[in-house]
Amino acid sequence: MTPPTGITRVTLLKDLRLEWRSKDAINSMLFFSLLVVVVFSFSFDPSAEESRQIAGGLVWVAFLFAAVVALNQTWAREIRNQVLDAYRVSPAPANSLFMAKTLGNFIFVSVLEALMTPLFIAFYRLRALGPAWELMVVAVLGTWALVVNGTFFAAMSLRTRSREIMLPLLLFPISIPAILAMVQATTAILNGEGARFWIVLLATYDLVFTTVCLLLFETVLNAE
Amino acid sequence: MSNNEYLFAAYAATWIIHIVYLGTIVSRYSRLKREIEELKKPAVRS
Amino acid sequence: MKRAFPILGVLTAILLSYALYQALVGAPTEQTMGDVQRIFYYHVPSAWTAFILFFVNFGASVFYLTKRRPAADIVALVSAEVGVVFCTVVLVTGPIWARPVWGIWWTWDMRLTSTLVLWLIYVSYLFLRRFSSSGQTPTLAAALAVLGALCVPFVYFSIWFFRTQHPQPVMGGGGSIDPRMLHVLLINWLAFSCFAFLVCWSRYRLESLQREVDQAHALESLLGARGSAR
Repeated sequence: MTPPTGITRVTLLKDLRLEWRSKDAINSMLFFSLLVVVVFSFSFDPSAEESRQIAGGLVWVAFLFAAVVALNQTWAREIRNQVLDAYRVSPAPANSLFMAKTLGNFIFVSVLEALMTPLFIAFYRLRALGPAWELMVVAVLGTWALVVNGTFFAAMSLRTRSREIMLPLLLFPISIPAILAMVQATTAILNGEGARFWIVLLATYDLVFTTVCLLLFETVLNAE
Repeated sequence: MSNNEYLFAAYAATWIIHIVYLGTIVSRYSRLKREIEELKKPAVRS
Repeated sequence: MKRAFPILGVLTAILLSYALYQALVGAPTEQTMGDVQRIFYYHVPSAWTAFILFFVNFGASVFYLTKRRPAADIVALVSAEVGVVFCTVVLVTGPIWARPVWGIWWTWDMRLTSTLVLWLIYVSYLFLRRFSSSGQTPTLAAALAVLGALCVPFVYFSIWFFRTQHPQPVMGGGGSIDPRMLHVLLINWLAFSCFAFLVCWSRYRLESLQREVDQAHALESLLGARGSAR
């Protein structure tokens, strides 16, 4: 009997391998990220003095859109091949599947962010006044917050009509405290101010929501 | 004194919202009553 | 049980009228804002009522997840809907109050902002209920309700800190309140709570009836199909 972590690892590797082989999703997402950065640059004048004030918000809104598109993708393949039903009847714990999907999404979205960030830095001539490693912490915690709820709601939206619109509809309201925290933290670090409160809030949010999503995923998966 | 228009608007808005919601409950209820009457009629088999 | 409803209805109507009179006439006029401040007596009780209803929604959802009673699912639906109605009242009366007092339609005040986020969360809950297929709706909705309710403390903390960093006009005034005003506020809260209870009760009866009719339809089509197959 494979331990749960083993199942997570296997599922995750399977997803990553499939993604790497098909390259469809990756290529379209890469181009999408570039488009987002360019559109934002036209919409919010990057040469303005205040760019360091608004950059935090801009970057995270761009990441949020990229994350939603990525999340909608990741369950699509499962549905096409009725993999979800197979998971339901298998003895594998639902949590393992959830962790695998969340980690896969996290890696996917992080890659996109890693690609978009240099573009933003270049277009907006950004320079952090605060420590850059703190920005990494915020990026990791913030991305995890979006992805853990996003994966959960994506699974929920599978069972609904208009599932592509349901995901952001459900994700955005609940993510508001996390989004506020990530944006405020990023802005603070960019301007050399303290971000500790926001980072702690974000970490707590991640802990609470990861736990609850893990607890509830089995119920959602088996809802009938 | 014109501030009293805002006061009136706020109170009116409150009750309009509540009445609209109650209205939807009442209309759904009467539609349901009609459906029940339909169901109670003996089924006509062709 | 059925007799109780009209009696409570009349009592509630009387209470609401009395509360309205107190709000408009009985309560003392506020010094700085004048009569416009009386919006407070409708704005704040609606907010409190909405929060209570959302709490009920949380309780009913947890109960549904553990015990799977259909009645709990109906209570969850009803409390969310009526909660959203009261929340809408808060979000409409808030700007109407802010405009003459502060000259702006919106302020990222603690109460208004948190109410807006709550409204968004519970409207998304109602959308989920509408868009999911009926077998799974109670479970999915209950899971969403739990997540939404857990979000509430985060909403409060994040907005509180945000506001201390970016101070905004405070509505309703901080600090102590004149005891006569508090009295009128509580009366209006009591009146609106009774009103909310009656609205929930009606909505509950409507929903139960609707589900019975749906089941009857399903049964009829089942039997009808069998009948025509003969």
